[in-house]
Amino acid sequence: MIDFEYAAPTQLDEAIRLLAAAGDGTRILAGGTDIIVQLREGLRSADLVVDIKKISELTQLKLSGDKGLHLGASVSCRRIYDDQNIAASYPGLADAVRIIGGWQIQSRASVGGNLCNSSPAADAIPPLIAYSATAHIAGPGGKRMVPVEEFCTAPGHNILQQGELLVALTLPPQPSNAGSAYQRFIPRNEMDIAVAGAASWVQLDQSGERIEQARIALSAVAPTPVFAVDASEWLKGQVVSEEVFAEAGELAKRVASPIDDMRGTAEYRTHLVGVLTKRTLATACQRARK
Amino acid sequence: MSTEVAPDTQTPATYKVIGTRPVRHDSADKVTGKAVYTDDLHVPNMVFGAFVRSPHAHARIVSIDTSDAEKMPGVLATCTSADLPDPWDKVDNLGEGCVNYAHLSGNVLARNKALYKGHAVAAVAATDSYLAQEAARRIRVEYEPLPATMCVQDAMRNDAPLLHDELITHTLDDKPARPSNIASHIQFEKGNVDEGFAAADVVIEREFKTATVHQGYIEPHVSVALWNEDGRLKIWTATQGSFVVRQQMAELLKMPVSQITIVPCEIGGGFGGKISVYEQPVAAVLSRKCGRPVKIMMQRDEVFEATGPTPASFMRVKLGATKDGKLTAGKAWLAFDAGAFPGGVIGPGAMCVFSCYDLPHATVDGFDVVLNKPKTQAYRAPGSTHVAFATECVIDELAERLKIDPIEFRLNNAAKEGTRRVDGPVYPRVGLVECLQAIQESDHWKTPLTGPNRGRGVACGFWFNCGLKSSVTANVNADGTVTLVEGSTDIGGTRTSIAMQLAETLGITAEDVIPQVVDTDSVGFTDVTGGSRTTFATGLAAHEAALDIQKQMVEQAAQIWECSPDEVTVADGVYQGNGKSLSFKALAVEADKVGIPIVGRGVVDPQCSTNAFAVNLVDVEVDPETGKVTILRFTVCQDAGKAIHPSYVEGQMQGGSAQGIGWALNEEYFYGDDGHMRNASFLDYRMPTCYDLPMIDTIIVEVANPDHPYGVRGVGEVPIVPPPPAIANAIYRATGVRFFELPMSPPTVWNAIKGQTTGE
Repeated sequence: MIDFEYAAPTQLDEAIRLLAAAGDGTRILAGGTDIIVQLREGLRSADLVVDIKKISELTQLKLSGDKGLHLGASVSCRRIYDDQNIAASYPGLADAVRIIGGWQIQSRASVGGNLCNSSPAADAIPPLIAYSATAHIAGPGGKRMVPVEEFCTAPGHNILQQGELLVALTLPPQPSNAGSAYQRFIPRNEMDIAVAGAASWVQLDQSGERIEQARIALSAVAPTPVFAVDASEWLKGQVVSEEVFAEAGELAKRVASPIDDMRGTAEYRTHLVGVLTKRTLATACQRARK
Repeated sequence: MSTEVAPDTQTPATYKVIGTRPVRHDSADKVTGKAVYTDDLHVPNMVFGAFVRSPHAHARIVSIDTSDAEKMPGVLATCTSADLPDPWDKVDNLGEGCVNYAHLSGNVLARNKALYKGHAVAAVAATDSYLAQEAARRIRVEYEPLPATMCVQDAMRNDAPLLHDELITHTLDDKPARPSNIASHIQFEKGNVDEGFAAADVVIEREFKTATVHQGYIEPHVSVALWNEDGRLKIWTATQGSFVVRQQMAELLKMPVSQITIVPCEIGGGFGGKISVYEQPVAAVLSRKCGRPVKIMMQRDEVFEATGPTPASFMRVKLGATKDGKLTAGKAWLAFDAGAFPGGVIGPGAMCVFSCYDLPHATVDGFDVVLNKPKTQAYRAPGSTHVAFATECVIDELAERLKIDPIEFRLNNAAKEGTRRVDGPVYPRVGLVECLQAIQESDHWKTPLTGPNRGRGVACGFWFNCGLKSSVTANVNADGTVTLVEGSTDIGGTRTSIAMQLAETLGITAEDVIPQVVDTDSVGFTDVTGGSRTTFATGLAAHEAALDIQKQMVEQAAQIWECSPDEVTVADGVYQGNGKSLSFKALAVEADKVGIPIVGRGVVDPQCSTNAFAVNLVDVEVDPETGKVTILRFTVCQDAGKAIHPSYVEGQMQGGSAQGIGWALNEEYFYGDDGHMRNASFLDYRMPTCYDLPMIDTIIVEVANPDHPYGVRGVGEVPIVPPPPAIANAIYRATGVRFFELPMSPPTVWNAIKGQTTGE
């Protein structure tokens, strides 16, 4: 790690000016749990590090019945699961933020940062996709909104342009008959990166027996977290059953294009997509019925 | 957690200190963060060193250009192998393995060829560590990449790329004409193995593979070297043996041992991996060149890629038994990877392969094979875990085939007093039978395991343990306490376990002994803290020092009481004579007023093995959909001889078990096709965390070691040996699939279960 400049703007427009004026060597610091490690290990370099934690818009966390969840880009994981209403309304997101690192990491790391780091194995991104979350981006050209499933473009890369900044994520309000879950597979029980991950979101009919809407998203099985469109569409109108979950798992496997590496073989990861889709659908349906 | 001492084997409870659990002497320092580790040192004018390491698994070094780095402001010195004296072919015993100094020098800094990815090629010292790393990047090394060989079976082939052009196999057979990667071929033979197999009703032969694993100590290698103007060299370092560091430094730098002082700082784990030197000679040379103290601390990836993991192996084990469950013969063919230089752990592996059993006929062939991986080193019972995996899995299969209970089958054949091992030695009194019986009596064994996808496994393990040289001095203080000065670096609580033996012998409390681990100028020669020897051998030295003190105290009492020393008696720390009586403490106070100082001396060099055995009982559950194995319950039973401080014995048993579980389930060096380790971090080199382990139950068996006054055997290493086969045998019972390869990671287990259901 070599020396770099550090700035901590308190206003959003000030941050955008800084980012727009700076060159390629600008890195944004929220919780720092990825960027500091990457700088120390020489995986990324920086001339300027812009700390965004002092900008008030980025630290807002608000749940409302009509607007859903507003999640400032630098809100820590811990604030999400510490809020019982939020954790109860968005259990799939709570599942993810509870397993990102230990509690020290969770007290620093943000969901926004997890999205912007754009790791294929990010734990928070599949639930965001499953919840139809929207990314709110500000830049020199103004503001824009993008569905989270369109945010990541390649490992470590995303749609943010020079000078742009993720301000917040919004998740739609949750009806009482909706449920969700996220699970990842890791060889150990903690302190590990997903070999594969799956988030499932469902909305059931009044009887709780039939799936009205579903969204399945996967991690660690493609260059970016992916939305399993076909599996999600197929689930609409299906009766809740183990067989249906398993079939959805088989369909979800089709969007998986994993690699062989030290965390698992492509064959094994694809297989895990089926297992995790099945298991998260079962939990999501169970939660939707409560 | 249940902690028990098997009642039948308990020695008479006549001890006052031994067998109790006093608070360790270094506890306040350790729990308050005041203990001084090497990286805590900030010597005046200290600068920082960094290595340049080979990006290739095998390459000729064409040139090294340090000029750009040397021009950087703040860069004070650079160093390559040209700065080390020409090495010599001299072999020395470092206590837990031998070293050839030509190889060691070539491992410290590569000469002509880089033999593995991460091999140190050059180094630089600068005023801060980031600058040193930046300067290291500016040292230009031109390489000519060569084909690499990464797997032990491939490296043994005639057409494999050669690492050392001059390496001729050391063998009992005719000397080969051509060089190869096979450094040595070890052979052991007992009885007539053909006759043995002919007498068997059942013969099973299996092939096994294990992956390279690392000791995983939490503290990276770190040293501070100060080469003074007067030519004296001082090194503060994290090591298992300060005297063997001194010995290696003297040989590598060709200077007398008396010119070198090694200061052992507190150590964050070693497990066999902190005996060889790595950064110490380089820090010393950089210090000599820049005239300032130099600190070098490795990063974690350097620890994985460039220190001494323990080898991968390929093994074939064949065992025969009669219908009534008696082993008749065994045959083992073992090839261990030594890493880039000869001298891996095949020797002890070959000696341990049948060490738990009374085998009338056996042969063992062992091969030490060099390949393009870091030079391997000892890891807790080095070599024994590999071979136990092979033997104990075959034993389990034999028992199953013969429809005999796995513990009964082992009891039928267990090594005991008088059993001759295939490599020659005849066991004195040992405790394997007692350990197996203690497992049979345990609550764990008596509680049936129920539920789907669950299974229970058993396995045994052996480790020699060693004696070797230890020195202590003990100074009686004016207040009746005793300062115990020792050279054994304290990794597992040995300050206290040694002090307790001194206290027991003198009849004082453990708290009245003040143990101090000192530098190489301040105590007599002491071998490494390794080989499970320290509580045994340095404890023996402390016992001798206590007897020496006692003799001097008797003389002083006689002087004070105006009687002959023959008239003074000592019992339980109370001295009596001429109608008078004083406790040790009171007598020390009186003696201080009238006599010369009392200093005890203990020097020992026991040549025996103390022969440790352990048995595991483990329950697992396997997720059939993911192949993930959960350890439900784990019991380790071990013969400690005598548990001086039972808490530390339990700690060693649990720690060794945890490492064995990691080795069994997830730990491995994962190499890419380019010979690069892909998982050189604690994130992807998956050691078990506390979330992955149940509380490990311990049963201490005490079959006294006849070669120690308190019966101590040493306990540190053997508990790592049985977990992999015990877990493999448990997974078999949970899934119906036998495993012949480590680690039994989720993808491997899933693949095997899938293969079974699809008939692949």
